[in-house]
Amino acid sequence: MEPLSNRKKVLEQKPMNFWERLYLPAIFQGMIITFRHMFKKKETVFYPEFQREFSENWRGMHSLKRDEEGRERCTACGLCALSCPAEAITMIAAERQKGEEALYREEKYAAVYEINMLRCIFCGLCEEACPKEAIYLDGPIVPADYLRKDFIYGKDKLVEEPLKLQQD
Amino acid sequence: MELAFIIEKFALILVIFVISLTIAAYSTLAERKIAGFLQDRVGPNRAGPGGMFQPLADGLKMFFKEEIIPTESSTALFILGPSLALFTSFLGSAVIPWGQDVEIAGRMVSLQITDINVGMLYIFGVVSLGVYGIMIGGWASNNKFSLMGAVRAASQNISYEIPMGLSIIALLMSTNTLSMKEIAEQQHGINWNIFYQPLGFLIFLVCSFAETNRTPFDLPECETELVGGYHTEYSGFKMGAYMFAEYLNMFLASAVMSTLYFGGYNYPGMDWVNEMAGSVIGPFIGMGVLILKIFAFIFLFMWVRWTVPRFRYDQLMNLGWKILIPLAIANIVITGIVITIFEKL
Amino acid sequence: MSISLFYFVAFLTIFFALLVIFSKNPVHSVLYLIVTFFTFTLHYIMLNAQFLAIVNFIVYMGAIMVLFLFVLMLLNLNEGSIGSKSNLLKMVGVIAGMCLIITLVGSLRALDTSDPLVLQTQDLGLVKNLGKVLFSKFLLPFEISSILLLSAMIGAVLLAKKDIKQV
Ligand code: SF4
Ligand code: SF4
Repeated sequence: MEPLSNRKKVLEQKPMNFWERLYLPAIFQGMIITFRHMFKKKETVFYPEFQREFSENWRGMHSLKRDEEGRERCTACGLCALSCPAEAITMIAAERQKGEEALYREEKYAAVYEINMLRCIFCGLCEEACPKEAIYLDGPIVPADYLRKDFIYGKDKLVEEPLKLQQD
Repeated sequence: MELAFIIEKFALILVIFVISLTIAAYSTLAERKIAGFLQDRVGPNRAGPGGMFQPLADGLKMFFKEEIIPTESSTALFILGPSLALFTSFLGSAVIPWGQDVEIAGRMVSLQITDINVGMLYIFGVVSLGVYGIMIGGWASNNKFSLMGAVRAASQNISYEIPMGLSIIALLMSTNTLSMKEIAEQQHGINWNIFYQPLGFLIFLVCSFAETNRTPFDLPECETELVGGYHTEYSGFKMGAYMFAEYLNMFLASAVMSTLYFGGYNYPGMDWVNEMAGSVIGPFIGMGVLILKIFAFIFLFMWVRWTVPRFRYDQLMNLGWKILIPLAIANIVITGIVITIFEKL
Repeated sequence: MSISLFYFVAFLTIFFALLVIFSKNPVHSVLYLIVTFFTFTLHYIMLNAQFLAIVNFIVYMGAIMVLFLFVLMLLNLNEGSIGSKSNLLKMVGVIAGMCLIITLVGSLRALDTSDPLVLQTQDLGLVKNLGKVLFSKFLLPFEISSILLLSAMIGAVLLAKKDIKQV
């Protein structure tokens, strides 16, 4: 068949000469290479004590954002749950009552908002689906735990801390 | 038999038992550390300072793991397998001469458990027995991968025993004795056998890699093809016994190689040191030197493991039967010719 | 002491040899056979024949029995898979067994206890002496048996090789 691209390279396979067939020189060469690595700089990062810089587009734990006045942005529209390929998000919506304007930005808000971190594949589609810019995957690595139920993160773990400026 | 003799031997056995246990346990740590170093990592470092207590933690973990005995297996043989593997790997160190005779309270105490007339053959026999542990365990698991691992182990060990034995024969021709002690004594100072038998040593080295089932010849436990090889069905302490047996075998192989080819407890300038240190400390320095040599060999084993990839099975058999055996026979012939020429001169 | 030790080891030998015959599982049989060979090694050691003992140990226990075990494991015979023998085979077995018993009884009648053998030279079994005897007094039989082994080996290789002309 005609090759579609010219990237194919035919390697020439010469029969090995005596030294190559002996294998030993090649093995010694390899051993010298590995031995040199003993004195190279170690790449290990001692994780809990030191943390590596995350890259720009790192996707970690979710956080539900607040706006400039410290109100929760999420309006429980359910688009994130719909877009989630792993069906990790569930929520219960509620209507904002009088006097709660400082807490929630829209008239409808998520009374319960849960993400199952065992289901989530950290694809970031929820982040993209959100019309209110309310959810971002900008947190750290989701920590390990012992029980399945502890991996279902509710609003207590997801919602951002209220702004310090607001409090005082 | 006098009481002193029994006490002395008993103490020696105890000491060597403890030493080999410790070395084998710390080999597991060393293996992981060296693997780390060779791959630009640091290896385990959490348990104790620099990971010193890692072997203890591992042992504890092994004990507390669930022991699973497959229902379709033959229980007695399933337990016999790892026990036999561990048992045979302890036996070999009985004939290794650990040092020169020590003079304690007017008695000459030999630092060798027993000097049997056929010491070298004894080691050979113990090594060939070691494969039973693997075979029985692999068969008793009633699992096709285990069985395949066991069968591979058997054929590999038999194939590599032959060149190993032949390379020993060439060594025998130049040393004229089978006793480990005499062989060690002949290599006084720097008169080591490696200078007379370089090819024989190379063959012996390759074969001992194969006999201890270490990479590049670890086909019996080859994970990529056989899940876990002969110990697929093993868990908990029985699995630990197999692992431990492997490290003990490595220790024994290193001790044998140091004794046969690298002078054992001999080192250049030992007469002078012995004179300075007296007849009690001197031999123990020799013992230390032997243990250093053993460490060097253990390091070599690990170094090769983390460098050379595993052989394919047919390559393994080709190497054993078509290269090593003819080489070993050629080595015997050359040794014979050289010895006759030197005797004529 | 050494006589009673001998009887003990001899008892073990016969006991395990019987187990070889009576165990149903072929792999167990082979394992018992290995133990039997081990007791042979003990006998050799008691005779102070160190070299023979260790050679028996290496060759029979370490190599030949491994091959036996190897083949049996590959065949994977189970207790059920052997199947029942035909009547003719059973008859032949009975007749052969009877013949064996008659021979044994006959030879037992002719038997009388011999004096315990006393070795003239205690060190006869050591490697050096054995080698000297083999290479001086018994050189011809030794070499001939080596030629026999060589021819057997060549024969085995020939059998294992495919017929070159046919391929
Ligand atoms: S990151 Fe992907 S999988 Fe995880 S909750 Fe968002 S949409 Fe679902
Ligand atoms: S996080 Fe965004 S997409 Fe999801 S329910 Fe809230 S507003 Fe809608």
